[in-house]
Amino acid sequence: MNLLQITLVSMGYFELNLLESVAKSVGHEYQTMVNIRDAHVDLSTYFDPARKQYNGNKLLKDIELQYAHDDAKTIGLVSVDLFIPILTYIFGQAFLNGRSGIASSYRLSNERYGLPHDNALLTERFTKEVIHELGHAYGLIHCHTPRCVMQSSTYVEDIDQKKISLCTNCRTILNLTT
Amino acid sequence: MSEKISLLIVDDEESVRDSLFNWFIEDGYLVESAENARTALNMLEKKAYDIVLADIKMPGMDGLEMLKRIKSIKPDAVVIIMTAFATVDTAVQALKDGAFDYVTKPFDPDDLSHLIRNASKQIALTSENESLRNHIVILEHVEDLIGFSEPMQKVLKEVESVAASNASVIITGESGTGKELIARAIHANSSRKFFPMVSVHCGALSESLLESELFGHEKGAFTGAVYNRKGRFEMADSGTIFLDEIATISSKMQIELLRVLETKSFMRVGGNKLITSDFRVICATNKDLKKMVENGTFREDLYYRLNVVNIFIPPLRDRTDDIPLLVEYFIKKYCNAMSRNMVTIEQAALRRLKEFDYPGNVRELENMIERAIVVGNGKEIKVRDLPLNRDTVAMSSIESLDDLEKKHISMILNKYEWNISRASKALQIDRVTLYNKIRKFDLKQSE
Repeated sequence: MNLLQITLVSMGYFELNLLESVAKSVGHEYQTMVNIRDAHVDLSTYFDPARKQYNGNKLLKDIELQYAHDDAKTIGLVSVDLFIPILTYIFGQAFLNGRSGIASSYRLSNERYGLPHDNALLTERFTKEVIHELGHAYGLIHCHTPRCVMQSSTYVEDIDQKKISLCTNCRTILNLTT
Repeated sequence: MSEKISLLIVDDEESVRDSLFNWFIEDGYLVESAENARTALNMLEKKAYDIVLADIKMPGMDGLEMLKRIKSIKPDAVVIIMTAFATVDTAVQALKDGAFDYVTKPFDPDDLSHLIRNASKQIALTSENESLRNHIVILEHVEDLIGFSEPMQKVLKEVESVAASNASVIITGESGTGKELIARAIHANSSRKFFPMVSVHCGALSESLLESELFGHEKGAFTGAVYNRKGRFEMADSGTIFLDEIATISSKMQIELLRVLETKSFMRVGGNKLITSDFRVICATNKDLKKMVENGTFREDLYYRLNVVNIFIPPLRDRTDDIPLLVEYFIKKYCNAMSRNMVTIEQAALRRLKEFDYPGNVRELENMIERAIVVGNGKEIKVRDLPLNRDTVAMSSIESLDDLEKKHISMILNKYEWNISRASKALQIDRVTLYNKIRKFDLKQSE
């Protein structure tokens, strides 16, 4: 069974080859077509001065309203720091079995942790994050299989522990060929 | 494991509810949410949730009050209190009141995962414990209702069937039979269990005091009313009001009570605002209300309003089979309360207890055992430790002087532990005469 196609909506300043690389890996993982779309959004609307972060809930709702449609899974890509009211930060979130999600690259770059820039690592982490949120959008919950990309990640190190792909169980749930 | 855990999120902020909802649903938990404590308590009545995550600051009932209510009914409930404004005092209070943990919003994602993982472990232990207990206990909160005798089992069955309904109940029975315990058991097994059961001892209050107790009063309503006070009907909102010694209320109060029962609304003494309250009424009396209705001392309409279901608790003398169990229960209760080693009871003493007629019913037996533990030797309760002096043991069945003499000699022998010298001295007869009497009446020392 073919999964719905995917739309990646770029809402930040991303290098084109990073977006293309993410799209390629994501398309390969879910065996479906991936479109990249540029959206010129003023993210300052989502900025919370008290927390000095961007409200992930509001942003997700707006993506759902403005960009999502029934024949695709839409993920908004941002480079700003996201929060939700009860958590200090999030890497991303999505509506479970819904049409949309968001993923942030803000906390994925090495420089945040005082380490030298590593473009390949950033791309890999961001790809994993996007695949993870798409998994939720396709209806997958967090997986306990070691190294499955659907494992819950709290820190960037957790993301590094995961593979870039779904485990056999998750693939079976989505009827993807293993 | 996470698939099986159900969560109830209680927060007045929609964004918080949504955030937590999305976060936990992605983890595979079963999640529901409520925007205030009252809705949450209603949901908890209908369904058991493994974990309750509650905000501390909510309009109406706050998180701490809700925690207390949940804990009073389900002491092992896992309740996590959240707050945006952490203070040491509230944290300490929440933990003292039985909260599983106390977290400050926003939390670190890692803290939240740890918290739920720990709570899940606690739930696994609790459910194991509960499944074991479920084999034993059918009714909740009836630990103090001891009895396997047929009349008591009948009472417990009635409690079980009436608890589910909203009907008014009159509990009748002699003084000391445990009417309030039955009322508590009905409340604790009803859908109102998360709300208070308010008790009023009508006999202990004068008419004006009772009026103020039941309906509350406004500041300045009478001398001494220096502040507004909620009445018991108001306090029992969504719960149960227990009116003990209902037969003692005056005719004026009977009219007032009838009106409140019919309309479920009333005014505070000195007030002009109509207050409505949703309560269930349970009454108790040791009087024959029907006879009082016939005599014209109790209103017939009120009687029928209250007497939807009548539960009669048999006196202890009619269920003597329960006495050994009750004795064992009270021994355990008071040895624990007094931090003493467990004591036993000699067979002769138990036999005497079974023969006693207990005008004061279970309460009298309880007092006897408490006293025996205090005055006894700390190892075994003996006949002499029991206050059976105004013994009416089988007195009614004694007709001949011989029977009376036999009973009396037997009692004195038991009192002095079959010390012949001391017993003959007490009976003011010589030892030979006592031996002759023992032979004549075929008296034997119990083991």
